[in-house]
Amino acid sequence: MTRTLTNSIRRDIVEAGYHCGGSAHFGGGLSIVDLLAVLYEKHLRFDKNNPLWPERDVFILSKGHGVLGYFATLKNIGLISADCFRTFQKNGSDLIAHPVLNLPLGIESSNGSLGQGLSFGCGIALAAKKKLMHRRIYIMLGDGECNEGAVWEAAMFAAQYELDNLIAIIDVNGFQNDGPTAVVSNKADMAAKWAAFGWDTIEIDGHSTEQISNAYKCAENATGKPTAIIANTVKGKGVSFMENNNEWHHNRLTEKNYLIAIDELENSSD
Amino acid sequence: MIEINKKNARTWSRIGVRATYGMALLEAAKEDPLVLAMSADLGRSSGLNQFISKFPDQFVNAGIAEQNMVGVAAGMAREGFSVFASSFAPFISMRASEQVRMNLGYMNIPVKLVALGSGLSMGFLGNSHYGLEDAAVMRAIPGLSVVSPADCAEVFKVIRASINYPHPVYIRLTGGVNNPIVYQDDYEFEFGKAVCVKEGKDLCIVATGSMVAIAITVANEIEALKGMSVKVVNMHTLKPLDETCISELFCDFHTIVSLEEHSVVGGLGSAISEFKSRGNHLARHISIGIEDCYVKAGDYQYALAEAGLTKEKIISNILNKLQ
Repeated sequence: MTRTLTNSIRRDIVEAGYHCGGSAHFGGGLSIVDLLAVLYEKHLRFDKNNPLWPERDVFILSKGHGVLGYFATLKNIGLISADCFRTFQKNGSDLIAHPVLNLPLGIESSNGSLGQGLSFGCGIALAAKKKLMHRRIYIMLGDGECNEGAVWEAAMFAAQYELDNLIAIIDVNGFQNDGPTAVVSNKADMAAKWAAFGWDTIEIDGHSTEQISNAYKCAENATGKPTAIIANTVKGKGVSFMENNNEWHHNRLTEKNYLIAIDELENSSD
Repeated sequence: MIEINKKNARTWSRIGVRATYGMALLEAAKEDPLVLAMSADLGRSSGLNQFISKFPDQFVNAGIAEQNMVGVAAGMAREGFSVFASSFAPFISMRASEQVRMNLGYMNIPVKLVALGSGLSMGFLGNSHYGLEDAAVMRAIPGLSVVSPADCAEVFKVIRASINYPHPVYIRLTGGVNNPIVYQDDYEFEFGKAVCVKEGKDLCIVATGSMVAIAITVANEIEALKGMSVKVVNMHTLKPLDETCISELFCDFHTIVSLEEHSVVGGLGSAISEFKSRGNHLARHISIGIEDCYVKAGDYQYALAEAGLTKEKIISNILNKLQ
């Protein structure tokens, strides 16, 4: 079931990215699809008929440029209508290249300036604890985003306040805007860093449905510590010419490439 | 609820603005369990000692991490807490400015930022700790109100008015201990509504924060020296600017003087100039504040003198420009 969902999300990414008529963030949108599909299908507690349900869990896309994967997931899960989704990157749309707070659409915060989502999530998680509410807060960050110092301020805070209802999902696709993360600024072991800051860490293949689901289950049972899921992914996953090709971090699809991508996804065994 | 009266005004003046802030927040917490104080490792410096000991569950120390503090404050405020986050003015306004912009501005989350020791009151700690440009930076963020109380009693008023205010506010605390008293009796306070603190008809000084008390003295001395009648307006809210008030002043006076313990770039003087430039106002506007520079540091009074913000220097400045 999830496999069908992920394929549908990927096709929607390509459709929206092509039909917007301009450049879009394909690579980092495709890398997070499996993580989001499993989360929204099986773990995140929400009511698509009542997006403002006060007891809901919260997901925040701190790596805001991953919106293609995010919006396509919200569309497939029923929070964003097909008509709305088709407005992606059109003038005046609610759906632009970074998330803009829109609770009726299930978009919980405005992002785009990297390194801010985890702090915001810490606040929501701490508020839930103070109000004795059993809500979980999921924050998705990029490995490039972890260059930002504010991420580590928030990491210290979450451990200090024992926010075991906070789950950071780190999309380790190995690239950032200017190239491989190992070349630009982030050579050291990602899991070791989060562990050193006092977090429980789980390292997984970010495209394995089973590993993803097990990681969420494990995080949901955390006590006394926040959990960082270090998800190793492939940037551009699912479209052969985009995979591990950083030219597709932010790029424009030609008609020829669009048709190749759609053909690949329609014939994919995934 | 604590009253504003002569006795309390004297007590608050003696303990200073920061301790008064702590006391005002303590009073608020007694009435509202959702009032929450945050600090970036400056709880004691924020006058929050009693608050922390009486309401430990309503205090969150973010450590020396202002950017994270603002993000956390926003997350908690969106969940219904009335969050007051304090730190020294440059750290909370400038180091965390993008967090303020994204969370408080863009998402309109009603966090209250409390800037301690703004202006020059940090004395020997120097320009790293002075709030010279904080109001300019905060005023540029859409949706954020910027308020600077005139004295300790007004700190109380601002805190009370902020608790259930549905928008974010930057509260700029100027002045130190033994702070001059402007208000000894209760009065009507409303965000964005300037208050006349001295009537006059020949010249008007529009002041904010610590400069309101000095403006009253300056006005009295100019009256004595020159036989002029000088009005003083407390423009406690820099944003949204009370444009109705300024418009009336431009009609009623030939010259208005703005006076602030802030850079002349981006503060009250700039706000008035911006308003003037959008309309057809012929009155003259003299902007007095800290020139666009770093100030030679010393104790508070020394730094004020260096910046030209002592009573004598302000009088001489105004009279020279009026010649």
